[in-house]
Amino acid sequence: MTALTPAVQFQGFHSWYGDFHALKDINLCLPKDRITAFIGPSGCGKSTLLRWINRMNDAILSARAEGSLNLHGSNVLGSNMDVVGLRRRVGIVFQKPNPFPKSIYDNIAFGVRLHMKVSKTELAEVVEWSLQKAALWDEVKDRLHDSALGLSGGQQQRLCIARAIATGPEVLLMDEPCSALDPRSTAAVEDLMLELRDSYTIAIVTHNMQQAARVSDFTGYMLNGALVESGTTADIFERPQCQKTEDYITGRFG
Amino acid sequence: MKPLLKPAILVDPELIAKCKIPLEKRHSKDRLFQRGCQIIAFTSALVLVVLMTAIFVGGIGTLSANFLKAPADPDPAIAGMFPALMGSIWLLILTMIIALPLGVAAAIVLEEFQPRRAGLRRLHGFIQLNITNLSGVPSVVFGILGLTVFVSMFGFFGNERTPTVEVGATYTDQFFNEGDFVLEVPLAGALDPETEASAGMTVYTYEGKQVQLNLLDDDEPWPTQPELAMRSLRSWDLPGRNKERAWWYFRLPFGRGILAGALTLMLVILPIIIIAAQEALRAVPSSLRNAALGLGATRWQTVRQVTLPAALPGILTGAIIAMSRAIGEAAPILMIAGIVFITRAPANLMDDFTAMPLQIYNWAGRPQAEFHDLAASGIIVLLSALLGFNAIAIFLRQKLQKPLT
Repeated sequence: MTALTPAVQFQGFHSWYGDFHALKDINLCLPKDRITAFIGPSGCGKSTLLRWINRMNDAILSARAEGSLNLHGSNVLGSNMDVVGLRRRVGIVFQKPNPFPKSIYDNIAFGVRLHMKVSKTELAEVVEWSLQKAALWDEVKDRLHDSALGLSGGQQQRLCIARAIATGPEVLLMDEPCSALDPRSTAAVEDLMLELRDSYTIAIVTHNMQQAARVSDFTGYMLNGALVESGTTADIFERPQCQKTEDYITGRFG
Repeated sequence: MKPLLKPAILVDPELIAKCKIPLEKRHSKDRLFQRGCQIIAFTSALVLVVLMTAIFVGGIGTLSANFLKAPADPDPAIAGMFPALMGSIWLLILTMIIALPLGVAAAIVLEEFQPRRAGLRRLHGFIQLNITNLSGVPSVVFGILGLTVFVSMFGFFGNERTPTVEVGATYTDQFFNEGDFVLEVPLAGALDPETEASAGMTVYTYEGKQVQLNLLDDDEPWPTQPELAMRSLRSWDLPGRNKERAWWYFRLPFGRGILAGALTLMLVILPIIIIAAQEALRAVPSSLRNAALGLGATRWQTVRQVTLPAALPGILTGAIIAMSRAIGEAAPILMIAGIVFITRAPANLMDDFTAMPLQIYNWAGRPQAEFHDLAASGIIVLLSALLGFNAIAIFLRQKLQKPLT
């Protein structure tokens, strides 16, 4: 395998919600332009870990973190880190599709307009490119100015992905992006991830073991706030080093 | 392990028969409850209908175009409520213009900009507690507050008659001469000493024409030429002070003017607007907020483009409730405006005024039955005005509500 560049790096990373120690001594690296999956039982801290990468946890008053977390060498937790700029570089897709109550077009344009002054034609270009990239263009090109809430759940989620990539991020965080979708939509989103893999560093949290095995290059197994084991997806699923990991992926636990 | 046995109540037929509540009994209780609720609901609706009918029957006879156009009068046959109607409209518009932005801004700070630091958070909680408490304060208390803060401004700027800060007022000394002509001398302000008339000084006629004053001695005869008579005065003639206010007249302190009244009403409805707006903002799903923040929106961008538009219908509903409260308030307005006899609509922000609740209160308190009918007509006008304003607010709400929801 060719040498990988680390995009996101956790070192001795701890996190708390009030007194609750949510993440314990995380040491991990998300390689650039690869898909890394996080698996583990509910409440093990996967989503918390993900949400620190673009500081979505800032909204939770009791959340705090220690240790080091770097994005391409810059300190994400540093006091001089501009969260607004960080989130442009690190996009996020949530568990439940959450389009704005605006038109399909305006949903995509929203993020672009936040960061840039663009002309109408440039904006239209970005909207088309994002929707093409998210494999949604053909389904919505004739009704770009209809409400995004009229789309199906799977379409809405792909719209959210298109919205996230429209601002030109380097990293894409996906927090159980398929848990509210039917199998067909799930397949569409998974195809999309593989399509995006070449140009984005993707981190995905999933409860679906097959999904992790299907789409990811690397996998981390988490339990009670600790990263139990991490490595290439093939290693984790075929030759787990740790008994706990094996129990979980074979379905004996969790 | 012990085998799990089915409880006796589910198997023993005797026990089942003994404990069973007959279906019929359950249905009859259901019907009874339904009837009870219907009767109570009907009674409350009936009370309202009776009340409205009584007011309508009493007031419809005296309701006429003249009633809307005429000022109050000791003769009930020609009395109207034009000044009160205009006063209330002015008050309501001013109050909403001031209170709505303030209230929404306060709600945004309280809901969307919660601080992280412990000290600030305590302050935040303290402010929140106070706003909740203020919404329960009787409006008379706000009236007293308005009297000291807005009407007299703690006496910092002199009093209402001789305000320290004043713009848009022209003072003149007016003389009436023996020929029944008016001569006016412009003054610098309310504190300018009275003019000593001197021969040859420049004065103005009633029409605003500039003339040279002709001062006559006591024993001189009154001039016969009209031109001279028009600009002549005896040395003993004394002026009367006249004050003209432009429509943009402004003074500190505000005095018992319509602006002080509106600011006081603002105090009354501000807690209502803040609490309603907070509820509306809280009802916006956090997934929308996260979506905007996750795309790299600042907090202001999130509020302006996502949260506030989604909360707007709720905020306007709060505004409607606040308006209804403001237009019906009598106590704080009574403290600010006092019982005054006013025959015209307010012409500037500092003008004396009266409002519909005060006029209705005034009429209802008189012994003659004719005035009671006038009070009923006043209530009809008050309710119609309120419905009119609510209709505007509802229309705006529908307009602002995006078709995409």
